[in-house]
Parts: sequence; structure tokens; C-alpha cells
Amino acid sequence: MTADTPPRSAAPQGTPRDTWSRPPFIANPALRWAVYLGAILYFGWVGVTMPIDWGRVAEGLGRAANIFGGAIPPSFERSGLLIDGFLESLKIAILATVGGVLLSIPIAFMAARNIAPLPVFYLGRAIIIVARSFHPVIVAIIFVKAVGFGPFAGVLTLIVYSIGFVAKMLAERIEEIDYGQVEAMRAAGAPYLSTLVYAIFPQIMPRQIGLSIYQLDSNLRASAVVGIVGAGGIGATLANAFGRYDYDFAFAITIVIVGVILVSEGVSGQIRKRIQ
Amino acid sequence: MLKITDLVKRYGSGDPVLKNLDLMIEGESVVSIIGSSGAGKSTLLRCINRLVEPTSGSIELNGTELTHLRGRALRTARRKIGMVFQGFNLVDRLTVMENVQSGRLGYISTWAALSRSYPKADIRRAFELMERVGIAHYADTRADQLSGGERQRVGVVRALMQEPEILLADEPTASLDPKTSEQIMGLLRDLARELKLPVLINIHNVTEAKEYTDRIVGMRYGRIIFDDQPAALDKAAMDEIYSGSPHADRSDPLKEAS
Amino acid sequence: MTSISEQFGRDEWTRFTPKQKLRRWAILAACAIAIVWSLSSIEVVWMWVWGAPAQMGDLFGRMYPPDASNLGTILNVLWDTVNIATFATAFAVLMSLPVAYLAAQNTTPNQATLWLGRLILVTSRSVNTIIWALLFVAIFGPGVVAGIVAIMFRSIGFIGKLLGEAIEEIDKRPVEALEATGASRLKVIAYAIVPQVMPTFWAVAILRWDINLRESTVLGLVGAGGIGIILQGAIDTFNWPEAATVLLAILALVILGEVVSAFLRRRIL
Repeated sequence: MTADTPPRSAAPQGTPRDTWSRPPFIANPALRWAVYLGAILYFGWVGVTMPIDWGRVAEGLGRAANIFGGAIPPSFERSGLLIDGFLESLKIAILATVGGVLLSIPIAFMAARNIAPLPVFYLGRAIIIVARSFHPVIVAIIFVKAVGFGPFAGVLTLIVYSIGFVAKMLAERIEEIDYGQVEAMRAAGAPYLSTLVYAIFPQIMPRQIGLSIYQLDSNLRASAVVGIVGAGGIGATLANAFGRYDYDFAFAITIVIVGVILVSEGVSGQIRKRIQ
Repeated sequence: MLKITDLVKRYGSGDPVLKNLDLMIEGESVVSIIGSSGAGKSTLLRCINRLVEPTSGSIELNGTELTHLRGRALRTARRKIGMVFQGFNLVDRLTVMENVQSGRLGYISTWAALSRSYPKADIRRAFELMERVGIAHYADTRADQLSGGERQRVGVVRALMQEPEILLADEPTASLDPKTSEQIMGLLRDLARELKLPVLINIHNVTEAKEYTDRIVGMRYGRIIFDDQPAALDKAAMDEIYSGSPHADRSDPLKEAS
Repeated sequence: MTSISEQFGRDEWTRFTPKQKLRRWAILAACAIAIVWSLSSIEVVWMWVWGAPAQMGDLFGRMYPPDASNLGTILNVLWDTVNIATFATAFAVLMSLPVAYLAAQNTTPNQATLWLGRLILVTSRSVNTIIWALLFVAIFGPGVVAGIVAIMFRSIGFIGKLLGEAIEEIDKRPVEALEATGASRLKVIAYAIVPQVMPTFWAVAILRWDINLRESTVLGLVGAGGIGIILQGAIDTFNWPEAATVLLAILALVILGEVVSAFLRRRIL
């Protein structure tokens, strides 16, 4: 494994070389300078022309002091509200995970190149791309407008969110399966459904269970934010507290959100480790 | 001159890996240390440049006591001790020149190091040494593109860039094929002559030790039990160096006393 | 000749032992209970649920055809959105370097700094961008500054965590070799550690930029700049055809972002 790059500086033999510079990251000098200049111009020009109200930003320090002054100590007085918000978030996350995972399975099969016929494959991929491209908050405001405020919009939002991730990962797993097992089943004369159950499901099940647990964790995180635009759960409670300048309550909610996320991350990590 | 007196190294609370070891290396001799795995060869070498902290004893290099140095003083002392490693220990993603110049890091300013603006004298010396070992045309090549023998040559040049007063080599050929291995051993011997440099080599291959070095030190479980010309290493000496188990050697109180 | 089942004295086979079966049923039952509990106690007006498909159909019907008359403004603000993501990623990358240094076990100066580093990472990662945005809109007022700072705060944890893990996983032998040359701590870091984590550094920066592009599309919904403001405006005024255009623009932006980051990843790594 010998490299055969020729010497870059072809110094005549005998004269000692006493200069060296590192080969540049981008070999082509024109492209290199274009990239450097482009980066400088971009950051400089955009930095200057960005619509920023510096006067208002400068007030920030005082306001920050105000907010943090108001937020400390955090207030757990309305813990009933807080717990209700959390339980709602949890319910949203559970239902969205179940719905999302169930819907992901057929969509993943549609989006697996080795299983689906081409038109179906394109449709499957399109669903996944659209579901992935929109941030859950955007999906949430649309659902809120369509089906009204409340947790139902949250569940729908997170179902879409789950499909974007679970169906994508599952489709990739299906594309990687060992096709020999499928052929073996077919050779044994197994009908379509048995083939699915015996040759494909065992290969994707571990991944599917891991993904579901991961998605439950991620949905719980996301459910905290979709509430901010009215889709139920703890996010709604947080947005209300913030809107009413109840910074101490908002801070308490944030602390609890962080705690719950850490616990849920730890638990889901443990479970996934034990399954694999 | 390297003078090691009464060196002890103990990991944790276990039996010592080095037991009251004395060793003296003078002039520009090439000395090989042989012994089975676990004899403490690598620990001995690493005690010299303090990659391993000795438990007690003294190590003196040209009049400087190394065992108690700290911080800047330790770094200054380490500059004078070159080391070549079994696994080459190059930075794969840097060019050969950067790897070679990293031997000068103890000398140059931080700014020169970060900006890669090395002193002219260092660059000249690097090209000379690379020319000497036959890798000058790889100056701009990334280290991970090189073959094992070439990589070890980079390792040797890096150590020599330090202008060391002694060169330590820890199994420098154990990762190489037999032919390359002989080339590297020959290179180490020749460079020691040319640069008037004492070289201390840990080695598994006794044939190479006999052929390429001036003196052989045989270690068994933390002690030096043979120290003589290569010609004096006969079958009986070999058997003694490579026999025994660490357990028997460490727990036998009679041998402990000897 | 006896058959194998006779030899072994059994002709039944089940996949799982009774204990395994029990465990699997227990897990299944727990899941079922969780679902039933959620379904029965969630505050949903079920009548609305049955009407949802019709509602959605109606909504999409009103979106068609998309109204592109405001396209100039939309593209302009879309450009702002890209800038928010790019600037925030750039700042976050710079600021996550020292945090990663503190949070990696093999580089952190001492135990206290290790925990400081980890605390910063956890705080940053656990608070969602939108929640950060709520806070910074209150501090800096509505606009791109709040958006940039919010995304930056969320990204530091993400980048810092991955970078810190990369630092912990480096090959330690070059580090040993450079320490043996008498190089100072800073130089060892620059020559033995930095080159080893560079690939991760670029990969993580590109990945985060891609994510930030998505995140910056919603900042406007809480007033922190970018395309979200226009979307919110269109929705609030029931201007569904324009909302449709904005959604399509966002879709195009996100897909373009994915193409660009895939291209960069191929070129740099």
C-alpha cells in the first residue's frame, strides 16, 4: 500500500530544501480562493445586512436580568397543572407512537426498493420525505387549524413525525434483509403471508422494537413543543405561563421537562441496550 | 551516558515489574534488551522518558536526574530522549512532514507549531534525514498512505528530529515483515554510528539482536540476568532468559533474595 | 430405527420457555394497559376525530391552488431562514469546541471541569429549540437574533456531545508519542488530537446545519425570525393558498439542504 505521489516541489538535487508548506485543503488554487472569498463575503455581507434591531437587542441584558430574577426561585405551587400537562404529554406520546409505528410498517414496505414495485416505491418515499421535511411544529399548527386545539392535534402531529423517522429507518432495514431466507421460504412453498412472518419479520423485528422505544422517547420530547402552538400537553402549559410572564412557573416547568427527558432517555437507552 | 540505579516499578499493589534494576549505557553503542513478554522491557524503556512513573530508584541521563522532574523541566528532558514505537504511533491524518516536525514540538513556539511555519533549519534537517532513510518524496503524503516500513522510517526521523542524546526503540520491528524488519534494524545501527548516538532497543527477535547490536541485555521478570556481547549469548543463557513463569519467579523468596 | 423425537423423548416444541412466555405476555399487557389508559383519559372530543378526515380534506382543498403572488417576499424571508441556520451553526461549532474539550474524559483538566462540561451539554440538549426561542424572544425581542441564539444554544449540546465522544475514542498512541517528544499540552492537542477528530467535526457540523435548517423554519411561529412568521401570518388570516406556497417553499428548502449537505459530506470526508 505504497503511495506514489510525486514530490511537489521538485528541487534540484544537492541543494538543501529549507521551505515547506502544508498541502492546502483544496488543491485547486482558483477553487480554494473562491471558497475562502465566498465564505468571507457571505458572512460579512449577511452579517451586515441581517434585519437586526440592535437597539432592541441591547436592551436584552436588562430584560434577561428581569426574566431570570422573576424565574428564580422556580415556583411549584401549581404542580397540579404541571402534572396534568405532563400526563397529557405522555398520553399524546404513547398514542402517537402506537399509531405512528403501525402506520410506518406498511409505508416502510412501500418504500423498500427490494419489495415494492416502482410506482408504489415512489409513493412510499414521497410520504416519508414530506413527513420528514416538515418540523412537527409546522405540522401541528396545520392540524390545530384543521381539527381544533387540544391533544388530538398533538397526536396527529406526532404520528406524522413518527412516520418520518420510523418508516425511513425500517425501509432501510428491509432493503438490507437477507433475501436468501425469503427464497428459502418460497422454495418450501410457503404462501405470501407466511413468507412475510417467517422470513421478513424476524429480520426486522429487533430493529422495529428498538425504533419504537426510541420514537416513544422522541415523541415525548416533541410533545413538549407542539403544545406551544396549541396541540396540547405540557407545551401548552409552558406557553401559557410564559405568555402571562409567570417566569417562575415557566422555569419550574422547564426544569421538570429536562428531568423527564433525561429519565426517559436513560430508560429508553437501557431497554434498547438490553434488547440488542 | 545513561545510568539506571536500583530502579523499581510496581503497578498498584502487585508484585514489582522491575526489581532493583541497574543498567549503564555509555558511548554510541547499540544495546538490545531481550526477554519474554512480561519481562518488563517495555516498562523499563517507558520509565526512562517517564511515560511510566518509576516507583523508586534513579535514572540519570548525561548528569540529569530524570525521576523527579516535573512540568517544563520534564518536557525539556524528554526533548533529549527520542523514542520509536512498535505501532509507529504516527498521526495518520497529518502529512509525513508534519509528523516529522512533531519531533520538534518541544523546541518551537506554539504559534509556529499551530501555523505550521517551521524554522528553516528544521525543514532542512527534516529533508536531510528523510533523504537519508529514503522517504523525502513522501513529505506531502498523509502518513496513513504509507507502508509499514515507510511509517516506521517516519517514526525514526521524528525521533531524530529531537536531536536526542539517546534513542529508545520499543519493539520497533515487531509490526513489520522480516525483510523490512531487517532494513529498519540496519538503519538504526547505521544511524547510531553516523549520529554518535546510544540506542536502546527492545526486541523479540534474538537473531536480529545478535546481528545488529553491540551488546545484549537479557531480562527475566524484572531483573537483568544477562549482559554481554552478542557472541556470549549461548544456548544456556537463552534458556535461562526464556524459561520460568512469572508466577514462579515472583513468588519464590529464594530467587527474590538473589 | 427410532426417530429423533423418540430418542429425545419429546415431540412437542415451543419457541419460548414458560418463563419467557410469561414475560412476553406481561410486556404486552403493560403496553395494552398504557394504550387503553391513554385512550380513555385523553381529553379529546371524539366527534371531532371522526370529522378529522373531512376537515383535513377541506383544508387542503382550500390550499389549492397555491398562491404565488407573494413569492418574492417568501423567497427573501426564506433566505433569512437559511442565514439564521448557517450563522447559528457556525457560532455553535466554535462554542462547542471548548465544551467538548471539557466534557471529554481524556482532555478535561479535572473532575470539576468534566462535570461543568457535562452540565452544559445536558442543559443545552434537553431544552428544545422552540423553548430556547421563547426565552430569547423575551430577552432580545422578536427577530433573527433571538432565532440565531436559540438555535445556537440547542446546537452546542448536540455538537459538543458528539465531538466529546469522538475525543474520547481517539487512538491514544500518537498522544503518547508526542508527549514523549517533550511537547506541551496544547501542542499535543493540536498535533495528536485535533487531526483525529477533524472528520467527526465536519460530519457533525454538516449534520447539525441540516437539522438547523429545519428548525429555523419554525422559529417564526414564536417570533424568532425566518419563514415561520409568514406562515403564521398566512394561517392567521386564513390565506390558505399563500400558506400552501410557503409550505412548498419550506419543502423545497429542506430537500435542497439535504442535497447540499450530502454533497459537502462527500467532498469533505
